[in-house]
Amino acid sequence: MITVLILMPLVGAFFVSAAQPNYARRMALEFNAITAILVFMLWKNFDSTAAGLQLVERHAWIPAIGAEYLVGIDGLSLLLVILTSLIFPFAFLAQRMGRGSCVLMLIMQSALYGTFTAQNFILWFLFYEMSLIPAFLLIKIWGGENRDRAATKFFVYTFLGSVAMLLSFLGIYFAKGTFDFATLADLGKHGLLTGNMAWFAFAGIFLGLAVKVPLFPFHTWLPDAYETAPTGVAMVLTGVLSKMGVYGFVRLLLPLFPHEIQVLAPWLLGLAVCTIVFASLAAWAQSDLKRMVAYLSINHLGYCMLGLFAVTARSSSLIDMHAALSGVFMQIFNHGITAAALFYYVGLLEQRRGLRGIDDFGGLMQRTPLLCGWMSVAMFSSLGLPGLNGFIGEFLIFKGSFAVAASFTAVAVIGLLVTAIVFMRMMQALFSGPLAKSCNAFPDLGRNEKWVVVPVTLIMFAIGIAPQFMFNIFNTTVIQMARLFA
Amino acid sequence: MTTLSILLVISAALFCIGLLAALSRRHAIFILIGIELMLAAANLNFVAFWRFGPEPQTPTGVMVAIFSIAIAAAEVAVGLALVISVYRHYRTTNVDRLNQLKG
Amino acid sequence: MNHWIVANLWLIPAIPLAAALSILCLNSSRGKGAAALAVLGQIVALVMAVIAFVPTLQAPGWRAFHNFTWFTFGEQALRIGWVLDPLAAAMLVMITLVGLCIFVFSVGYMADDKNFTRFFAYLSFFSAAMLGVVIANSLLLLFVCWELVGLASYLLIGFWIDKPSAAAAAKKAFITTRIGDIGFFLGILWLYSGSGTLLFYDNGHGCLENAGLLLLGASATFVALLIFCGAVGKSGQFPLHVWLPDAMEGPTPVSALIHAATMVAAGVFLVARVYPLFSAGAIDGVTPSLTVVVSIGVITAVMAALIALAQFDIKRILAYSTVSQLGLMMVSLGVGGVAAGIMHLIAHGFFKALLFLGAGSVIHGCDHEQDIRKMGGLRWLMPVTFLTYAIGMMNLSGVPFFFSGGWTKEEILQATTHWHVSHLPHYLMLVGVVLTALYMTRQMIYVFFGNKRAASTHAHESPRVMTMPLMMLAGCSIVLSIALTPAWPWLHSYLNGEPAHFHIARLIQPMLFVSLALVAAGIGLGWLIYRNVAETDPVEQAQPALFHFLESKMWLDELYDWTVIGLSKMAARLSDWMDRNVWDGLVRAFAGLGQFFGIFSADFDERGINAGVDEATGGTRGLGRLMSALHSGQIQTYLRAAAVSVLALLILYAWLT
Repeated sequence: MITVLILMPLVGAFFVSAAQPNYARRMALEFNAITAILVFMLWKNFDSTAAGLQLVERHAWIPAIGAEYLVGIDGLSLLLVILTSLIFPFAFLAQRMGRGSCVLMLIMQSALYGTFTAQNFILWFLFYEMSLIPAFLLIKIWGGENRDRAATKFFVYTFLGSVAMLLSFLGIYFAKGTFDFATLADLGKHGLLTGNMAWFAFAGIFLGLAVKVPLFPFHTWLPDAYETAPTGVAMVLTGVLSKMGVYGFVRLLLPLFPHEIQVLAPWLLGLAVCTIVFASLAAWAQSDLKRMVAYLSINHLGYCMLGLFAVTARSSSLIDMHAALSGVFMQIFNHGITAAALFYYVGLLEQRRGLRGIDDFGGLMQRTPLLCGWMSVAMFSSLGLPGLNGFIGEFLIFKGSFAVAASFTAVAVIGLLVTAIVFMRMMQALFSGPLAKSCNAFPDLGRNEKWVVVPVTLIMFAIGIAPQFMFNIFNTTVIQMARLFA
Repeated sequence: MTTLSILLVISAALFCIGLLAALSRRHAIFILIGIELMLAAANLNFVAFWRFGPEPQTPTGVMVAIFSIAIAAAEVAVGLALVISVYRHYRTTNVDRLNQLKG
Repeated sequence: MNHWIVANLWLIPAIPLAAALSILCLNSSRGKGAAALAVLGQIVALVMAVIAFVPTLQAPGWRAFHNFTWFTFGEQALRIGWVLDPLAAAMLVMITLVGLCIFVFSVGYMADDKNFTRFFAYLSFFSAAMLGVVIANSLLLLFVCWELVGLASYLLIGFWIDKPSAAAAAKKAFITTRIGDIGFFLGILWLYSGSGTLLFYDNGHGCLENAGLLLLGASATFVALLIFCGAVGKSGQFPLHVWLPDAMEGPTPVSALIHAATMVAAGVFLVARVYPLFSAGAIDGVTPSLTVVVSIGVITAVMAALIALAQFDIKRILAYSTVSQLGLMMVSLGVGGVAAGIMHLIAHGFFKALLFLGAGSVIHGCDHEQDIRKMGGLRWLMPVTFLTYAIGMMNLSGVPFFFSGGWTKEEILQATTHWHVSHLPHYLMLVGVVLTALYMTRQMIYVFFGNKRAASTHAHESPRVMTMPLMMLAGCSIVLSIALTPAWPWLHSYLNGEPAHFHIARLIQPMLFVSLALVAAGIGLGWLIYRNVAETDPVEQAQPALFHFLESKMWLDELYDWTVIGLSKMAARLSDWMDRNVWDGLVRAFAGLGQFFGIFSADFDERGINAGVDEATGGTRGLGRLMSALHSGQIQTYLRAAAVSVLALLILYAWLT
């Protein structure tokens, strides 16, 4: 079933590449509908009370190097798979797309499904890299200004990280002879490697994932890439691709190197806090809306990192661990939804105005009240207003991290404040004041746009008010992982 | 001076004349004649060494000489054919002008 | 009946919320429908609030709560719930009643606005959030509603969104209160990790009950202080009071709703709600956290009263008066007079709403002029407004007997005398009373007495829909005074959970005379100074420097602009610069290094390796050329060479043998 899910977008890509250019996007959306149904069935078949991997498919692949085709889902994987299938249709709807970009997007979607379900490093790495190349091409070919530079930076930077990670894993393989995540995690409890080897391996994997997330100070590719990427691609980049890094941290680094993380805890927490604070401050100083949202995206991922490091860093109590892990998982999902929505709205503004500087707009509330209203929901969700989805994750993360690292948490909440300032500034500049001349002819939300806006906002409210259905997905996984780290 | 040594001297002289002709004449046919002379000197040696050698009863020397003369005839035929062919191509038989082998 | 309302207490905020949502779905041309929906929602909420009020009368100190699981993370359930006790019930009634008056008033005041429906949606939403704060039995739920209140106030303050100043004020309000909320949030986290629960009351396991407090131990002080940060932000206490006067940019009913009755009261309510945290480990009713509360309250009360003396905007004066009164309430809470503080809060809710609505009526009558120097002589033109405003002013100034504000103020003054740490707050509060009477007299004289000035020539009384709420509120504030007299301190006992007894003798006590004298002094002084007031203020003529200092709000806004805001903006620019130049610079440097090595190795390849190979091949070719010269192509030359070689070999052979 998972295999079918992974293959479906690829089949879609094949068909789309053969289709007429005018029907490409529609066809891609149809295939997305199919995957959505598949994911829904996956969710139904998933037993949220059972621990461990489910719906496992295992086939021998290249036994000589320990590579096997092993896919399966646990709560976290399912969560991310759901997120992927949620973001992609909206990304397709975000703008006109030619055949080429549709094909690349579908390939990327397939790679993402693979990444989130693969349970063997080789397979995982394959998908991981497979997602990178379409992203590179999408930015490089269909990007805005400076796309060559940004795309190259994005590709080379993340690729270097991947290479470091691959090397580390080869080292681990030669020492332990397996690429299987579960086996490695079991070994990791008692120290996977010893001596310098362990540190090298840790550094390699850490680097690879830190670039992907991104963690301060490895984040500088992100604003450039997001700024120039077309709206749909930016939505996918921030909504799903950035989650690969966080996912990697949860799946690889934390179980494999608990000891190393404990030793480095203050530094890692410091990096997370720096990510939160500096990214939000930098967002404040931006005048390009897309860049601003990109920085806020970094800021929100910083919360995830804070929670993760806090979980493993110190010997925290089980409750705090549950809180932080649940918070991180929630945040992964929420950030995916919210940040993608924000990029979508910025894209809408850009479509209407042709520019996206914060000073290029003014008084939109008078002209397009619907757009402003729905957009402010996303903004408030992003700044962590209770009652919307963002708050739940952030509250739990901070709850988990406060108990073990109160001072770091205390600094990190500055991020919440600055985020609020950034959004207030944005709203003031965009929505209020006299209507700018250039915005005189703005159309309000169209029907197609409502198809994106309304469901996304409803999800935000649903998670914010009654989040239990989300917790049900990954509660068992959280308990299991907490046991692993304890 | 034995008969053998006289024969050898004659043979050597013959060879030297042949060599001189082969080295110094410009005309291809004279070179061929020089070569034939050297061949004749060699045949003379064969016969002389056979006649005054340890076993003159079996006619081995004569046989080799006759064989050699036959081959020489064939060789001259080929050589002359070559010379004619060269002449047709270059309109000359002066070997100084024939420097196709120059590296 | 009893159980029904406890389990369904959520309906009280849910009804206005439902009203707000349905109004949002209405077409903006259906103004009447929107107003009707909002008012109806408020009436139902009021009725429910009264129903909720009834059971709390059963026994002194009656309390009921209903807890449930919001969500389960890992193995831990996060529970929230609502509580019904005298504090909540009294607040519920006050908020819904005042809210209802304001809603009705708005129907008249906002009649011409093109975003009429949106306004009522916001109002209802605000009311819902505020009611949620009051009934919350969990600090988390309280925080959730608290933030929603902040959002609603943001929307309402910035309601006239095309006015840049309104947008700026809304932003300022949101961010300033958010600064306090950050502290509040940390306090919640600390409380949660300390006591393991965020429920206030949970059959002995709540964080305000003994078990929870015991778990917290000494950290209760810090938790309390952090939570107080939130209260400081929301209740406009020094140093975060700067947003409140600016928030007057909103429509006047909003000012009434936010500044009088509800939102700013939320901070005081919060402190009262988590009072056990503040008083945990108290010695003689004094804890470090309470001392901080008192200090902040005193500073705020006096400072704001002083600033109010030098303002000319009718609403700004009231705004500063609100700040000052809130400081007074904080002082009361800090010195241990919780009931007194809450009583003042409730009484203040009524009379300040009255004053704001009265001001709104004046502004409405004077064609949206807000400068008191341009009004004057309105008492004959707007008699109803004048009378009700005078009642409000008496309340605020603290005239006892028939005015609730007088009794509660006296109660607070009484409470401050019992504070052991210092008597300074007490005396400063006395000064505050004089100042309050003074600036209210000034305002009254400017607006209603004297000659007509520019804006008041064509003034007219407001329509019935606006004067009715005024009379209603004025009536409430007078009726309430019955329950506040020391002779029969019903509300006091109700809030404190004691039975009330009637003792006429308690009516006469020293504090009554003190406060009477002070109020009289204030009003008298005001009459003396301002009786012949003209366009310029008499104080301004006498003390221009001091007046200007107060008029510009002690330059606190400018100070913040230069320090906090300037610094953080700088930090923002710095981190952007760091990002672009340092961190990205490092990346670029690495890239450059890579490129350099690339160029270098390409060069080495070109000049080193490639050239070497070229050289070798060149040499070989040269040698070949040399050798090929030997091959003349002359057959005879070759032969000659062969002959010479043979000869040489022969000679060698001969020589060797």
